[in-house]
Amino acid sequence: MIFGAHYKLEKNSLALVLAIIVVSGIGGFVEIAPLFTIDETVESDPDMRMYTPLELSGRNIYIREGCYACHSQMIRTLKDEVDRYGPYSLAAESQYDHPMLWGSKRTGPDLARVGDKYSDQWHTQHLNNPRDVIPESIMPAYSWLLRNTLNAANLTDHLTAMKRVGVPYTSEMITNASNDALAQATADPALQDGLFARYGQDTNVRIFDGKPDTVTEMDALVAYLQILGQLTQLPYKDASLTDATLEE
Amino acid sequence: MISELTFRERRQALWVSGAVMVVGLLIAMAGHDNVIAVHGIAAALYGGAFLLIVYRYRDAPEPSLERLAQYYDDPTKVGIVVSLVWGVFAMGVGDWIAWMMAYPDFTFDAAWSSFGRMRPVHTTGVIFGFGGNALIATSLHVVQRTSRARLPDQFSPWFVLVGYNLFCLLAVIGYPLGITQSKEYAEPEWYLDLWLVIVWVTYLLLYLRTLARRQEPHIYVANWYYLAFILVVAVLHIVNNLAMPVGLGIDKSYSLFAGVQDAMTQWWYGHNAVAFFLTAGFLGMLYYYLPKCAGRPVYSYRMSIISFWGITFMYMWAGSHHLHYTALPQWVQTLGVTFSVMLLVPSWGSAANALLTLNGAWHKVRDEPTLRFMMVAAVFYGLSTFEGSFMAIRPVNSLSHYTDWTIGHVHSGAMGWVAFIVFGSIYSLVPWLWKCERMYSKYLIEIHFWLALSGTLIYLISLWNAGITQGLMWRTYGESGELSYSFLESMIAMKPYYVARGIGGFLFWSGACLALLNVLLTIRQAHAMETDKSDLTVSAGSSLTPADLPLTTEQRA
Ligand code: HEC
Ligand code: HEM
Repeated sequence: MIFGAHYKLEKNSLALVLAIIVVSGIGGFVEIAPLFTIDETVESDPDMRMYTPLELSGRNIYIREGCYACHSQMIRTLKDEVDRYGPYSLAAESQYDHPMLWGSKRTGPDLARVGDKYSDQWHTQHLNNPRDVIPESIMPAYSWLLRNTLNAANLTDHLTAMKRVGVPYTSEMITNASNDALAQATADPALQDGLFARYGQDTNVRIFDGKPDTVTEMDALVAYLQILGQLTQLPYKDASLTDATLEE
Repeated sequence: MISELTFRERRQALWVSGAVMVVGLLIAMAGHDNVIAVHGIAAALYGGAFLLIVYRYRDAPEPSLERLAQYYDDPTKVGIVVSLVWGVFAMGVGDWIAWMMAYPDFTFDAAWSSFGRMRPVHTTGVIFGFGGNALIATSLHVVQRTSRARLPDQFSPWFVLVGYNLFCLLAVIGYPLGITQSKEYAEPEWYLDLWLVIVWVTYLLLYLRTLARRQEPHIYVANWYYLAFILVVAVLHIVNNLAMPVGLGIDKSYSLFAGVQDAMTQWWYGHNAVAFFLTAGFLGMLYYYLPKCAGRPVYSYRMSIISFWGITFMYMWAGSHHLHYTALPQWVQTLGVTFSVMLLVPSWGSAANALLTLNGAWHKVRDEPTLRFMMVAAVFYGLSTFEGSFMAIRPVNSLSHYTDWTIGHVHSGAMGWVAFIVFGSIYSLVPWLWKCERMYSKYLIEIHFWLALSGTLIYLISLWNAGITQGLMWRTYGESGELSYSFLESMIAMKPYYVARGIGGFLFWSGACLALLNVLLTIRQAHAMETDKSDLTVSAGSSLTPADLPLTTEQRA
């Protein structure tokens, strides 16, 4: 019977096309569409802050270099992961991540909570040549990051694009994007106030790469690494995220 | 080849090449302070080169109408060679990055050559360059034979093939420059994604127009799979790549989706790129070349129907198994496992159907390395789909995810299934197309077979070991309730496996080089010989083998 119907279907190419689209469409629709409508999908978190322009630049360097090919940013709800890396990742923590960088391979350790774990100097040295710090490391050396000055010229356009896809950057943040990036990495007292006003008093304002005269790509990348897991304190406040209900 | 095009088709080719060149130049100007300019210049050179090539034939006479009595195979011929060139290049890069993982300084002190930038060169090169060209080339061959119809025109197949390779080329030039969206298998940026949409829609229309001309009432199984591949990949590509460009002359965009929604969309895409690019398309290949080469009709028509719709329906639910124990809501994860496990039924249906087709032809499998390639492909298809369903189960996934086991699994499918079926199909197709009795050297095929098989096994066994070791080290607790191993210890433990993988990959790559060599030598030799043309003539009614027709025995009953 079914085969009889199919016998007819396979004589009509447009019917076949339609059937394929409908049959294959159902799964994705049922699984993806509700993620946008069900409120519990992403925890609401008023403290969650956005990336500063410098951190966003760092994130783009992270993407450019393909760090995500070796590093995940998603701690699973498993006991050993929580013991090793910290409280498991919440959906809220990547709500401003366009695209997300959860990753799928751990050639190196998870980085979701690496912020504040090491000093800026450690990161700079490690990125410049991981084997200077950890002789056995198989991580690539990124020596050009210290040599390249950061291109902060069109950060306004970047923030505008982010705003268009739903990140609530204010127009003030957008207009001041390039200055804010430089202010954060040069720690120039004259420029800092605006930055703090826009992104909060806890913003890391430092000379990340140890080179005061230029703002390099290293500054941006280290600023980004230092904020990983620190955009909100929610995961650290909620004790249930580390407790014994986790699967072994 | 170009003199076979009509005046009109040559004019179309000139216009399109010229347009690509102009757009390339405009991009180069708009993005002069940006690496996108390199893409613009590369596109302009590409368009310019084709412009020149076609222009040289401006005075060639209109081709004779006799051509219409023959299938149009020139794009297929070019596609096969291009596919193998991509294969050799991208598998070579694969082996290079494999060695980098054991010896991190086995590269240049330059940004372009670092692991994270080279890895997508490998994945794009093998999946889209090697696999995609093989799919386009064979699909155009198969659809004509099984429909007994010539392609509707001679320009659009070239547009598809040449345009598609422009996409692959620019993608692979872009990663070393740092141009990437970071989404796995969807790395190219927004403007290349747009270009691919144009190419892909042309491909779909070409396929449907050919089917519309068919002289066979039924659409043969292989075409269902090719159609599903073309259609679903179009949908996946468009949805997953929705993004907001930073500006017109800027090679950067921000994905429309964020966080958990982006993750689900990405793995809905990623998993089904495996399902519809790396599986459905190649099943189309399997359903034509294996029966044809074995000289036996496909074992069961009903089994192929059930498998086809099973795969088309269920795969699309399975993507969330990439996100177990993450911040993705539990109900989606549960759906993912359920469908992943059920998928085993249609998958094994296809594998069994292929192997049972070989019943009665096992002596050929023993004697013919070409058919043996296809047999091994079917076996690996069965094995890796079993492994996939198994790894989707939550407790197994808690161990395997993030480890090298996943990479081993990917390559069980990618090398054992995809590459084996491509090599088998190419070895049978090349002599038919170039009108010679056999490949230049059967001996080289035999060596290739053993290189490929041993390379694959070494790769898989070492990475299974690597992955399971890693997974266990990460979760082992000592007496005092402390984690027993640091991450570093698990990393150091990988070294011997990574070295072994590098060796296995080298063997596999050497085999691919032999394939390219063998094909080129066959082509050179073929120009000296002239034999049977029956497979090349449209409506060669009486010479159709059972495999050319939709599974007649059961169907007619
Ligand atoms: C080839 C894989 C690979 C790539 C690509 C890679 N890493 Fe790593 N990474 C590792 C490995 C292995 C380790 C552990 C050894 C070490 O600390 O050097 C590591 C460690 C780290 C650490 C320390 C984590 C910790 O908790 O101790 C950071 C931070 C880091 N990587 C950042 C990056 C950044 C940023 C990039 C991109 C610019 C990157 N990695 C690219 C493999 C990689
Ligand atoms: C010469 C043979 C090959 C070698 C040496 C090789 C090597 C590699 C290496 C080293 C990686 C990165 C693994 C990691 O990051 O841990 C990789 C990834 C990958 N390769 Fe290959 N490869 C080969 C052939 C192929 C073929 C033929 C295909 C597909 C047709 C393929 C598809 C992929 C895919 C899809 C990935 C990404 C896997 C993932 O992210 O899970 N490879 N390969």
